[in-house]
This record gives sequence, C-alpha cells and structure tokens, in this order.
Amino acid sequence: MRLFLTQSSVFYFSLTWILTTLFIGTGVGVAQYENYQEQVPGSNAMLPMVYIEAGTFKMGSQKSEKGHFGDEGPQHTASIDGFWMGQFEITWDLYNLFVSREIDGNQVIKTTSNEAQVNVDAVSGATTPYVEMSFGMGIDNYPAICMTQLAAVKFCEWLSAMTGNFYRLPTEAEWEYACRAGSETAYSFGDDSSQLIDYAWYGENSNEKYQKVGTKKPNPLGLYDMHGNVAEWTLDQYIPTAYRKRNKSVINPLEEGEKIYPKVVRGGSWMDNPNRLRSAARRPSSKKWKRRDPQIPKSKWWHTDAPFVGFRVVRPLKTPSDQEQKKYWKYELTD
Amino acid sequence: MNNKNKKQKNESRRAFVQKTAMATGALLTLPMGVEGMARVNGNQKLKLALVGCGGRGSGAAVQAIIADENVELVAMADAFGDRIERSLKGIQDYFDGEKKINVKEKNRFVGFDAYKKAIDLADVVILTTPPGFRPYHFEYAIANDKHVFMEKPVATDPVGIRKVLATAKIAKEKKLNVVVGLQRHYQSKYIDLKNRIDAGEIGKIRSGQVYWNDAGVWVKKRKPGQSELEYQMRNWYYFNWLCGDHILEQHIHNIDVANWFIGDYPVSAQGMGGRQVRNGKDHGEIFDHHFVEFTYASGAVISSQCRHIPGTMSRVDEVFQGTRGNIETSKGQITDLEGILQYKYSKKEANYDTASNVNEDPNPYQVEHDKLFASIRSGGVISDAENGAKSTLSAILGRMATYTGKKITFDQALNSKLHLMPSEVTWDSVPPSLPDINGNYPIPTPGKTKFI
Repeated sequence: MRLFLTQSSVFYFSLTWILTTLFIGTGVGVAQYENYQEQVPGSNAMLPMVYIEAGTFKMGSQKSEKGHFGDEGPQHTASIDGFWMGQFEITWDLYNLFVSREIDGNQVIKTTSNEAQVNVDAVSGATTPYVEMSFGMGIDNYPAICMTQLAAVKFCEWLSAMTGNFYRLPTEAEWEYACRAGSETAYSFGDDSSQLIDYAWYGENSNEKYQKVGTKKPNPLGLYDMHGNVAEWTLDQYIPTAYRKRNKSVINPLEEGEKIYPKVVRGGSWMDNPNRLRSAARRPSSKKWKRRDPQIPKSKWWHTDAPFVGFRVVRPLKTPSDQEQKKYWKYELTD
Repeated sequence: MNNKNKKQKNESRRAFVQKTAMATGALLTLPMGVEGMARVNGNQKLKLALVGCGGRGSGAAVQAIIADENVELVAMADAFGDRIERSLKGIQDYFDGEKKINVKEKNRFVGFDAYKKAIDLADVVILTTPPGFRPYHFEYAIANDKHVFMEKPVATDPVGIRKVLATAKIAKEKKLNVVVGLQRHYQSKYIDLKNRIDAGEIGKIRSGQVYWNDAGVWVKKRKPGQSELEYQMRNWYYFNWLCGDHILEQHIHNIDVANWFIGDYPVSAQGMGGRQVRNGKDHGEIFDHHFVEFTYASGAVISSQCRHIPGTMSRVDEVFQGTRGNIETSKGQITDLEGILQYKYSKKEANYDTASNVNEDPNPYQVEHDKLFASIRSGGVISDAENGAKSTLSAILGRMATYTGKKITFDQALNSKLHLMPSEVTWDSVPPSLPDINGNYPIPTPGKTKFI
C-alpha cells in the first residue's frame, strides 16, 4: 500500500496532481494514486481518504467458515475498480456540518475540471432531530449514527457539492473488498476472533457504547474500524439470495433496488457478537429501526432505534457522468 | 338520552363545576350516574378525533388505531387545512391498505374553533396542538365526557395550569381516562428504576442533574403574505404563548422524572439563562439555554440544564445521588457510594437484531395508547393530568426563575396571574407578542423582567 500522507498532503491535492499521478499510474502498471486528506471548505474538518487499487477478490464466505450465514454464499469472484475510501467512519464533527448546513456558502467554485458539478443549494438537507441522536455517547471524533441510508447518501451529495469531488456510499462489494484487504479469512487479520480485541469495538469490549474512530489497529490497507464500532451503510438492496443469482465471476456488482428496506449494512457494531463483525457478514436494515420515532410520517432522515449504524464514503477513481452521479444520490423515497 | 338533553346537562354541570371550583377549590361531588357515560361496552366501536395534526399528533393517532382493534378515526381538527391533509395521508400511508383510514371531508375541521366540532364526534380524543391551547381543549373534552390522550406540556402559563388541575379533578370524578404524553412513565426502563428507588436501593435522593442539551429543533421561516398570527402559529416553537420555551416543551420530560423519582414537586427555583446563539428574528422570544436549581421540601436539589446550541455537549439524561447510591437513567444503572456497579437494566432498548426480538422493550409511545384503550375497555381510570399539570408548572417555574433572575416558589408560580395564552383565539386576534419595527421580539431580561 502507498505511503500515507501527512496533513500537508491536502495542499498537493488538486486535479493537476490527480492527472499527473494517473499518467504515471498507467505507465508503470502499478497504481500510483495516493492517499489524501479531503478538507471540507469552510471548516477544519479533514477527511483522510485511502486509495484502494483495482483488483479481484472472493466475495462471500464458505459454509465451512465459523458463523457463516446462508446469505453469504456461494462465494464468487468479484472484480472491483479502483477507488478511495474514507480511512475512518464519518464522525459527528463532519456529519453535523451537513445537518446544520451553516458552511454551505464556502462550497468550491466549480469549473469544468471538477468531478461533481452539483450546487450545494440543490442538495436537500436532513431535518434537525427532535431527540438527541448521539444518546450521550459522545460527539468529538466519535462516529455519527442513526442516520437513514437516504441521509448518508445525501451527505455524500452534499460533500461532493462542497468539495467538487464525487463521493458516494460504497457498494457492498467495494466494502467487502476493502475490508478483506487481500485476506480470505473471517476477519482481515485471520480467523481467530479472540484477536478482535486489538482491531475492533464490539459487544464484549465496547462498554455498551461506540468509541472514538481510529483507536484500534487498522486493517492491512490502513482502514480503521471496518470490523465493529458502527455498522456501515452500503448502496445495495439486501437480497439474501443475491449471490446465488450471480455468475461465478462478476464485475463491480451492485444490487440496485428501489425499496427503502432492506438495504445492506456491513461490518457489525459495538453492540454485536464477533460473528457479526466478519468480513462476509451481511445485515439487512429494517423499518423497525424507526420504531420509536413518535412522528408520522416517520423521519426520512433519522433511525431513532439504530444507534449502531453509521457509514463511510468512497470516491471512485473513474468519475461517473453527471447523470450517473444523480443515480447514486437520488433516493427521493419516503416511507 | 338525546343529544340535546345531554348537552344541557353537560353545560349545567360545567357551570356547577366552575362555581364550586371558584368558591372553595374543594373536591367536587358530582351527580350520580355520571360515571356511566364514560363507560364503554366491551367491543363497542370507539370513535377517535385528532385535534392538532402535526407529526406527533399523527403518530399518536396511528398508535391509538394500533392499540385497539375497534377504533375509528372519525374527525380531525387543525388551524390549517394543509396540516390535516398531510396528516391524513401520513396515517393512510402508514397502514398502507392494511387498515382503511378515511375521515369524511365534512369531518375535517379547519380553524381555531375546529376542536369543538371534532371532539363532539368522538369517544376518545387526541390533543396535540401547540401546548398553549391544551387547557381549553382539555376542558372542552372532559366537559363533554371524552377520554383523552394529550401531549405534554399541558399549558404554557399558570392560568392554563389551574384550568388543567380543575379539569383533572372533574375527569377523575367522571371516571374518564386521561393519559399525558410523558412517555417515560410508560417506558420499562424508567418504571424499573422507579420501583428500585421506591424499594430503597439508592436510599433517599439528595441531589440530581437533569439534562436536555442538544442542537435545537426546526425553524419555520416567515413567508410573504402571512399575517403575524399565521406566522407565529407556523413557527410556534419560538413563541411563549404557544410553546412556553424549550425548558417547558422538551426539558419537561427530565424535570418530570426528577419529580417522579423524588416523589414530590419543587418548593422553589432559581436560575439563569439567555439567548446567546439562537437569537435571530426567526427565533421569536425564547431562550437558547436555561440552568435552574430546583429545591424540594426534603432539601434535595436538582440542577436542571437545557440548551439548544449546535456544537456543544449533547446530553439528554437524568442522574440522581441518594443516601445509599446513585442512579443514571440513560445507562439504566445503579452504583453504590463507591461508584461500584450494583444493578444494570439489561433489556435492549433498540431493536438491532431483526431476526429475533429477544429482549426487546416495548415502544413507550405505543404503550401509552395500549394502556389507555385497555383501561377504557375495562372501565378503569388512568389519571395523568394532575401530574402533567404539576410537572408542567415545575418547568414554568424554572422559566420564571431564568426570565426574572429571582427565586420563585412553586406556590407563587401556581397562583401567578401570568396569562400568556388568550382565552379565545380567532384569525382576527392580535398575538400577545409582537415584533418591533426591525422585526425583533421583546426578549425576557433577568433583573428587568418582572414576576407576574
């Protein structure tokens, strides 16, 4: 993996820099795209992004894996294009910038060279929740939770509008590819769940709350908290039989679906048993995650009963067209 | 008994009640046979009216419909027609064809007097307008023998509190059920902790801290063509006659837990507050922070803090220190005087595992209605209104303390002549608070604002 840049890397990050490295990359046959830190204009908030090079991996798990669920099979080969992924789960510090929308005036002035052309005024905003959504578990450097998938998607659109770079949620396949980081074991560090204590916050060590991001060991790609802390939203519709319908080898799989529920969350959380933290473990979202929302219609933006769900963002190397970008951000659905 | 007779009887009883209440304030004795009107036969259809069609009211209507198989939503009332249509659609969408929800157009009542028309058609009413209206709606509902679910707070001023207290007595006498939306009373974890306190597990409560600190709530911008009254009604959170300030509207939950766990209401309060950050023209007249010390007869002192400021420490919680131990409600735990964990409430409040509902606590908002309808069916009486009024008054007491900067007693607050909510509101009414030529509203100022 590439050297991880220091904070000053943000100054090097520009389109010119990207293009330059892109040429070098294709030239030598080894990806040269580097990690960088995205800075949200108008704030001090930094978002370190790790480059994950294109490749193929075995998605899902075999029946022989301890804790295997039926929806994880059959294992199949997935090829994934290159992308950057957030090194950490999105924190409240970042997420609240999207909720409060007070820094929107600082969005980058877009030129044709920007990946994303969307204007921040066009991005719909999450409502202020009536109840306090961190449940007293902490804000500074703690992961944001309780957002709906729609809200996470809209955060990506907002972040794109603010920075001019195209961000979206990871597909389920991208997420697992990044989580595995080349491993074929139950966890990115092997099969021994007793080692989880070094890598993850989960039911047995979390003290019944989420913990600050990046305080356990990272995976081989430098990504923190892929196992545990908060479970993470992906783009995919949850279809338990999805893998059965796939060919032995697929390219950039994504289960598109119009239904709000269930979507896939990955990685397990501070509330979970080790089993749920496995690289292949999939979990469906549910309408019940809004069970205690006292309002009708229930909020499009908040899951009152999901203090275990958060997300991280990705930025694909190959920028989709404006039209395709909208597809990743649309989800103007209500329930 | 035909309707006309029933109405006359009600009116004469109301007059009687008012006279008695004014003359002596003593317990009321009511004519025999009144309780019969409140009783409902086993499976008879219960007609439901929704008064105040915001998100919370619509949610309560859904919960009422779920709570009992034979409930029909027959009438809706709101100051604004668009709120009714949105609410009805939300309720219909929720049931998605599983239950037929159809309120006849002629039974969708718009305006300030709409509540009477809707209440008249029902057996059970949901009162979820902005809180300023509550005493008047509650009074009318009880006068007309309806069972009630009403949201907190139950008033915004002491005049309203006294009306609710008087009406609560009548409701009890009539054996009418009244559930107030202080849902912690219907939440398994809180009930468990309260039982443990009553069993002496932390001894006698000496002090506590209660919190509602977060980023704040919605703001509705002024729209061209709106009258001042319509603007205030739409952006009601920021006007005291309608909302009572957030120390009342939200923080009442936490103050009420202090009262409930201590088993008493505060004797006095003093505190401080202001509007440091949320102080624009869209933000009416309310404060964005209050910090109040409530003192109880036992000498126990509760620090109460509520803040609506983004980027600050968030906490919604209640913590108490007793003579034998401590209790923290958010964690559901009891520790001893050394801080060693003695008890932990173990049920999961959140339903994570969709595959199994093991250890799942019931939704307190649903329990409120489950209990209300079960009690109506069995001839029981739930009487939440008195506590609702006294906890509302506790929060008003806190507000009086922060607005004036003085120490105020509970009795002073109870007998205060402060009358924020006009007795009658029409579209011709002038709102009690008006902006100056720059669009700014008068802001309470400690040391200058007088106790009334």
